[in-house]
Amino acid sequence: MTETVLYTIISLSILGAIMAVILYLVAQKFKVYEDPRIDEVEEALPAANCGGCGYPGCRGFAEALVKADDISDFYCPVGGNETMAKVAEILGKSVEEKEAQVAVVRCSGSFDKRPRNNFYDGPASCAIESALYGGETGCHYGCLGQGDCVEACDFEAIFMDENTGLPYVIDDNCTACGACVEVCPNDIIELRKKNKKDRKIYVSCVNQDKGGPAKKACKVACIGCGKCVKVCPFDAITMENNLAYIDPLKCKLCRKCVEECPTNAIVEVNFPPRKKKAEKKQQNEKETQAKTGNNEKQNNN
Amino acid sequence: MLKTFKKGGVHPAENKISADKPIEKLSLPEQVAIPIAQHIGAPSKPVVSKKDKIKAGDVIAESAGFVSSNIHSSVSGTVLKIDHIIETSGFKQPSVVVKVEGDEWRDDIDTSNDLKQDISLSGKEIVDKVLKAGIVGMGGATFPSHVKLSIPEGKTIDTLIINGVECEPYLTSDHRVMLERGEEMVVGIQLLMKALGVKRAMIGIENNKPDAINHVNELVKDKDGIDVYPLKVKYPQGGEKQLIKALINREVPSGGLPLDVGTVVHNVGTALAVYEAVQKNKPLIERVVTVTGKTVEKPSNFLVRIGTPVEKLLEAAGGIPDDAGKVVSGGPMMGKALKSFDVPVVKGTSGILVMPNKEAKRYNERNCIRCAKCVSACPMGLEPYLLKKLAEQERYEELEENDVMDCMECGSCSYTCPAYVPLLDYIRFGKSKVSQIIRNRK
Repeated sequence: MTETVLYTIISLSILGAIMAVILYLVAQKFKVYEDPRIDEVEEALPAANCGGCGYPGCRGFAEALVKADDISDFYCPVGGNETMAKVAEILGKSVEEKEAQVAVVRCSGSFDKRPRNNFYDGPASCAIESALYGGETGCHYGCLGQGDCVEACDFEAIFMDENTGLPYVIDDNCTACGACVEVCPNDIIELRKKNKKDRKIYVSCVNQDKGGPAKKACKVACIGCGKCVKVCPFDAITMENNLAYIDPLKCKLCRKCVEECPTNAIVEVNFPPRKKKAEKKQQNEKETQAKTGNNEKQNNN
Repeated sequence: MLKTFKKGGVHPAENKISADKPIEKLSLPEQVAIPIAQHIGAPSKPVVSKKDKIKAGDVIAESAGFVSSNIHSSVSGTVLKIDHIIETSGFKQPSVVVKVEGDEWRDDIDTSNDLKQDISLSGKEIVDKVLKAGIVGMGGATFPSHVKLSIPEGKTIDTLIINGVECEPYLTSDHRVMLERGEEMVVGIQLLMKALGVKRAMIGIENNKPDAINHVNELVKDKDGIDVYPLKVKYPQGGEKQLIKALINREVPSGGLPLDVGTVVHNVGTALAVYEAVQKNKPLIERVVTVTGKTVEKPSNFLVRIGTPVEKLLEAAGGIPDDAGKVVSGGPMMGKALKSFDVPVVKGTSGILVMPNKEAKRYNERNCIRCAKCVSACPMGLEPYLLKKLAEQERYEELEENDVMDCMECGSCSYTCPAYVPLLDYIRFGKSKVSQIIRNRK
């Protein structure tokens, strides 16, 4: 009896040892070299696997980072500059600091401002609604309100507001991965530079119709009047296809265009209240004086 | 035994309410908007400009390529503007807006009612006239007719099929054309036969129109080669591939054309338009439109100028009923709900259907129970539940492999689904994506 047990243990141990040697040799023979830095870099990345960097997940991004000679063009929008600095440290390469960005919904056509003139009862998907029906309102450029962007977001940063029928972004959660931008069939959502205190000034409209039809379809549409282009001291605003666009990199947040816009299509977010009217009046007078002075000078010239 | 196609198909309630209403001429509207893209293919190029005075029948947009079509003014008056106007699809399209002043026709158009039966022109000249008159398929697909009449080298055609099926519920415009304009239509068929050089023409009419079958039978009795074939009532028999299968038992290959199996299909409305274009020099500027619905006060068939706003038609039919839930351009199966009543009637508008609220409502979608009813209903032998799933999951390559492009959007799958899954919406979306991919590949 004890012999049987003994022989079993011995034979199995020998068999195990032989197998271990074979496995070791095979593993040596077919070994695939992998840069150990890939693991390190992957560790440093946020592991969101959102694809915001343009690579298939964080592992793919890490591989690309290790492979590349110059990583200054790479950017992980979720981790931001902090993560990229860590990655650079691991790889011994340099990165440039990039401006943080945030998603901005460029449509203000809420239920009261942009009346629904028909009712869509197809599948609840913006992609389908835009491809087959063109929306429930007179403006087929604007938000369709089926919430494809909410579905696409991995970071709980964009939600539908039931009162307005429009999505809103929670700036603190937004990582600017661009998933919502990609999925929006009407290209309403844009990644814009993140300013101090989350301040924003942007044209909240993508309607390319002429003034009349645009205004008819939506009270807060950009009518392409061009007043903002004239008033902007930094040449940050351009007009194309009856639609104004504020370049976030040139804009210095002076808020002049917001006042000028006749339809309130340009919105300001997170700004302190404006100065009192009397002060403003004085300022305006000064400005007009200065302007007329300039004109006179020009005339003289 | 009546002929029909074998694969799939459904039989919705026919509801041909306006079948006994004679065609009425609708009075001219104050203003028409004529879209420059009323056909499949390249949009035409506008050749008029603001403030131009034009007569009915004048070309306002020229054909831009082989698969394209001329567009003519349907009224006389002044061009107000060329602007983006919302049309049936719900999207804005460039259109020529004309203010109507009087009713003056181009001089060479024969406006008399005499029947001109003698055919003096050669086949080539007929095709030429069809091309100039801007005739497109009047059944709804609006494929330019001259393309169908120009047989490429190496192909032979032995049969002309005339589509008088009108399988869509509610619609009766083709039915009325066969009854009231039958004589002209038969001449049109003879013209088409001459243009194609075929000896045999088959007119397919569904069995729910016995008066039309008898009437047309009477008219073609002494005409060589033209025969009427009553067909069993089944939707979508008016689809060209289904009709070919039903009448001559040939199957059009996937991605192919009727040309590939030696036949060409034209609608009865197209035959009438060809008659008018060739014998009377009249371009395609008006068509018969059914205005109908269970609660519509006066369901009617109107002869309408192209570009007339839908609102005018509804007014003439007794206004929009209070319980209207949807106003659909086309029939209930394939038609499109309208977003606005300002949309103009175009060459492909066969009817305007007002659906009462109760019927217009879509039911809430429930889970697919894999009963495969959609598979047995699909006349093209596709698997709608699979196509829907692939489209939903954006698996476009597999979608293409599963022949989504063969879908003709007849809606039999959505109609038959017991779980109210909007199959066709997804398939249409998938089709648009796949066709985009195919276009990019070229």
